[in-house]
Amino acid sequence: MRRIRTYKDVAAEAGAAVVTIPGQVMAQRERLARRLADIGAVAAIASGKGGVGKSALTANLAVSLGAHGLRVGALDSDLNGPSLARMLGVVGARFTAGENGMIPPMGSGGIRVVSMELFQDGADDPLRWRGPKGESWAWRGVIETGTIRELLSDVAWGKLDVLFVDVAPGTDRIARLLDLVPDPAALLLVTTPSAMARRVVARSLRLAREARVRRIGLVENMTTWACPGCGALTELYESSEPQLASREIECWAEVPFDPRLARSTDEGTPFVLAYPDAPAARAITALATRLRRELHL
Amino acid sequence: MKFLCVPCDRVMAFAERHVPDDGTLTVVFGCPGCGREMALLANPYESQLVRSLGVKVGGRTVPEQPMELMRGSLEGGRPEAFNDSTPLAREDAASRGPGPVWSPGALERLERVPSFVRGMVKRIYVDWARQHGISEFTPEVMDRARSELGLEGM
Ligand SMILES: Nc1ncnc2c1ncn2[C@@H]1O[C@H](COP(=O)(O)OP(=O)(O)OP(=O)(O)O)[C@@H](O)[C@H]1O
Ligand SMILES: [Mg+2]
Ligand SMILES: [Zn+2]
Repeated sequence: MRRIRTYKDVAAEAGAAVVTIPGQVMAQRERLARRLADIGAVAAIASGKGGVGKSALTANLAVSLGAHGLRVGALDSDLNGPSLARMLGVVGARFTAGENGMIPPMGSGGIRVVSMELFQDGADDPLRWRGPKGESWAWRGVIETGTIRELLSDVAWGKLDVLFVDVAPGTDRIARLLDLVPDPAALLLVTTPSAMARRVVARSLRLAREARVRRIGLVENMTTWACPGCGALTELYESSEPQLASREIECWAEVPFDPRLARSTDEGTPFVLAYPDAPAARAITALATRLRRELHL
Repeated sequence: MKFLCVPCDRVMAFAERHVPDDGTLTVVFGCPGCGREMALLANPYESQLVRSLGVKVGGRTVPEQPMELMRGSLEGGRPEAFNDSTPLAREDAASRGPGPVWSPGALERLERVPSFVRGMVKRIYVDWARQHGISEFTPEVMDRARSELGLEGM
């Protein structure tokens, strides 16, 4: 049989490097690394499970840290179910071209916010990409991960103390973020006390441990509910699933259920500013303090 | 992906790229040894797979614009999302300094690009014109730039 040189045999041949696809991918990675170098800490807020309060906690934590005088950014990496533009009050705002990338709008509490919603025309439009119809599964995930890469690297975040990344549900989304940001300063795993949520979060925890994420904290959200009449606390879930905290993850916060949190946050007024004395707001503020300590901010 | 000229045992060099409007991609390579040329013809799916990575077969000639992949791929982009999407004629009059001049036909064509990406597309064209010492954009010059740059649907 003829011997034909392989790709690797010829890869180093002069003149080829600048135009190759691996060369271009490498350039993208370098661009991202340069941007991340200006960001003190990336804190990812994830779960694996949907609807447990990742976005609401991201918005309130960001504002809480911003109120401590820190420079904070928030990236909504949930491209298909964006919420941060609304929660941080920047719907309808624009990006301005800066020398060093696109300058994002500033939301409640001075937080720089980037969310897919800012780029979409129709308020109810599902995320759609140009491309051949049918078989879009083959490339859709690639474009979306590439988009998250761009939202990290091509945004002129400026010098930030911390950049929060709200991660979409699905453990795979945590893995994808770790492909882009292999060494986040912290990962907050949000769960509710429901058995299903804890099981899913246990998988996310395993994934994060295997990826050697440095600091992982558990946030138990919607734990108790205060009776509006007498103030008595009731557990919102009765879970037979063992506490995750007992499985080698430290619980950094327990946040009670408070309907005002949903209302104000979803309307774009951060709950921690609107009701600073509510137990749920105190729990989030304490979490912010804990995070500052963990990250030496 | 590389092409090796088997008789010469040499890596073929990128020669030119065409992006017809049907979603396909054509990239021509030539052998530096024997001069033989071949064209890679990719179907819309194959073209899309490569495009989704934000890379160009045969390499790039102008630097990537911020969020180029997202802006060039999103359907239903919000026209006001970027402050570079101001009406072209006004912007062009204001910036008619060092950049190339746009013929009425070229401007008209640029106006057809969705405003969500127009500002970006225009900058890509201008960067390319500067590199090639081109002082006026006509639809013909745009065609040339478009296929050299691999700007699909822009
Ligand atoms: N402690 C809480 N008390 C009351 N409401 C809450 C609490 N935490 C979150 N919520 C509300 O619950 C709803 C779901 O929360 P959120 O959207 O933050 O979840 P998520 O994990 O980001 O969901 P998804 O997986 O879809 O992204 C929102 O309306 C939010 O404001
Ligand atoms: Mg969410
Ligand atoms: Zn040859």
